[in-house]
Amino acid sequence: MAASSSNETDWDGVRLHIVSGKGGTGKTTVAAALALALASSGNHVLLCEVEDRQGIARIFDVHPLPYEERRIASGPNDGGDVYALAIDTKSALLEYLAMYYRLGRAGKALEKFGVIDFATTIAPGVRDVLLTGKVYEVVHRNRRSKHARQYDAVVLDAPPTGRIAQFLNVNSELEGLAKVGPVRNQAHNVMAMLQSPETVVHLVTVLEDMPVQETTDGIEELRKAKVPIGAVIVNLARPDELHKGARTKAIKGNLPRKQIERGLTAAGITSTTELADALLAEARDHAERRVLEDDQRKHISNLGVLTYELPRLTDGVDLGGLYELAAELCEQGIS
Amino acid sequence: MNSRSGTRVGPLAAKHVTTPELDIDVLIDDPDTRIIVCCGSGGVGKTTTSAALALRAAERGRRVVVLTIDPARRLAQSMGIETLDNTPRPVPGITAEHAGSLDAMMLDMKRTFDEVVESQASPEKAEQILANSFYQVLSSSFAGTQEYMAMEKLGQLRQDALKTGRWDLIVVDTPPSRSALDFLDSPERLASFLDGRFIRLLLAPARGPARLMTAGLGVVTNALNKIVGAQFLRDVQTFIAAFDTLFGGFRQRAQKTFELLQASETAFLVVAAPEPDALREAAYFVERLNEERMPLAGLIINRASRASVGGISGDQAMAGAERLDEVEGQDDSSEVTAGLLRLYADRSRIVARESRLRQRFAAAHPHVPAAVIPALSTDVHDLDGLRLVGELLAG
Repeated sequence: MAASSSNETDWDGVRLHIVSGKGGTGKTTVAAALALALASSGNHVLLCEVEDRQGIARIFDVHPLPYEERRIASGPNDGGDVYALAIDTKSALLEYLAMYYRLGRAGKALEKFGVIDFATTIAPGVRDVLLTGKVYEVVHRNRRSKHARQYDAVVLDAPPTGRIAQFLNVNSELEGLAKVGPVRNQAHNVMAMLQSPETVVHLVTVLEDMPVQETTDGIEELRKAKVPIGAVIVNLARPDELHKGARTKAIKGNLPRKQIERGLTAAGITSTTELADALLAEARDHAERRVLEDDQRKHISNLGVLTYELPRLTDGVDLGGLYELAAELCEQGIS
Repeated sequence: MNSRSGTRVGPLAAKHVTTPELDIDVLIDDPDTRIIVCCGSGGVGKTTTSAALALRAAERGRRVVVLTIDPARRLAQSMGIETLDNTPRPVPGITAEHAGSLDAMMLDMKRTFDEVVESQASPEKAEQILANSFYQVLSSSFAGTQEYMAMEKLGQLRQDALKTGRWDLIVVDTPPSRSALDFLDSPERLASFLDGRFIRLLLAPARGPARLMTAGLGVVTNALNKIVGAQFLRDVQTFIAAFDTLFGGFRQRAQKTFELLQASETAFLVVAAPEPDALREAAYFVERLNEERMPLAGLIINRASRASVGGISGDQAMAGAERLDEVEGQDDSSEVTAGLLRLYADRSRIVARESRLRQRFAAAHPHVPAAVIPALSTDVHDLDGLRLVGELLAG
């Protein structure tokens, strides 16, 4: 990778970035921003999703993705690129069967007898092996095939924290079920990849009680599953607009009204009681939240992993916003 | 322009959509409301909303049981349900003057599944099933088991309520599914799996007229053996043989739950955050409930930003802040004021954006009553917090 010549980044040597987080924390947004960030300086990055949600298509404002790698965006700076792939279980299974078994008639029979449906929606664990199996294929592609597209990094928008350890811990799920056979071997290979230093799992959180708690629990579970932990990425962080002294005063309710009236006049705004009240309320709200958020920041820093912080974009996330977030991640050393 | 030029079209017309307001107190005070299901995508505050709703109903005189799926630890503690034992427990601290009662429970999906098996099968057969390794994985990790068991538990609570008269209102939180619809589909999915062709073939491989199919089956099982190993199939087969007699029961139960959800005593509340994804999911859900003829009571928009009333626009505030920033040697009062003006501007823009999103939802679903819960600056983790959410919800 000639392109990433200049500086060392936090994740040199990592080829698979798995992004998880509590629902509502912006997991898909962060995965997309990460993919863009990694695609800076000419890198080729594949962004995958596995939950049939078409979240990637929505966020990049492109047509729904098929089971096929599609180029969806240019990387910032020197024009790397981001490809995307929506992995669905059924296609993954059929591809897997076609690749490893020449099933012919049996393949059709499997479909006809509802076995494919069984395997992809019911059979516990099989689903997850198929999804992670496809990711394995993509990550290891360059070692096997000379013709297919190769990527410098793969970003996986994974299931939420509550399910992530189970999702990745394909071995134990299949234990007692498929004791032998290729699916078992596949599970072994996938697990070896997941536990190797070329993989990391990043957890996305916001600065609130429950998501941070879930992140803490998630890290513990992932450690148990021996999957390498990447970073905690704090999303939707609010702007910090008041210095500490002012915040302390605001919480106690003795931020001097005179000061604000003076400030307003200097700003060329007519100072009214209504406006001063609104600003004082704003100050208090901001300071209160800030106390809670700092508390959560402390919890996060105690987790002993790298952290990044992304701002809440006032106007919501669109394609332009994604590039802003990606630039933020680059600046903080992620790529 | 023709004679109808008075009719407004385009964006101006769209601005005047007024949605009916959702009156939560009318809903929870109505004795004919016996089941309230809170649904919505993950992370929108379903659990807190359902707990707040249950508490409010109880303190207004209902005898309530709330089924939560995965409450925050501190919230669970304050409701006295930190131990996951699948049994409703009284919540301490219900104080209002005309209070009814509030029980709460946390769903233990594996145990619920086990209990269904135990109640349906003979003791030996139940033991056989519970020990089967396929069953063990199915009952603890089948995608959809949690949703299915939540609905199963709802059915059980309803039976209990009818039998003992202990509750007159059941509030249900739904699992944080990949899609908010999973809990509607999972009973059907499990039932159709258990009734499916594949299963029937595994059960009765070689009988008269099915011989032709059996030839096909041989190919299938061979292929499966090659892929997952014979042990897996044997496990499934043993499981199914033991489970066979329960299939009908399962399907019937699923059907009953579905009918219960369609009954007029049930009210669905769709919970969403004022974000595009959550509202899209909510819209999808509203459509789906309509399709299934399930009674939708309304939409709850949770954590909406509070508007700041200061008499100036966000743009004016922003311009003021910029003017202050340009001043050389900014003093403290300018610095603080500039910060506050930026916060004010930021809030106005967010409020405007959220209200635009709500308007769009209302334009597409004009008949769905909506209630808005403003965001709190602190987390909710005790009864007082829940009470406050309940008050805000009631408007």
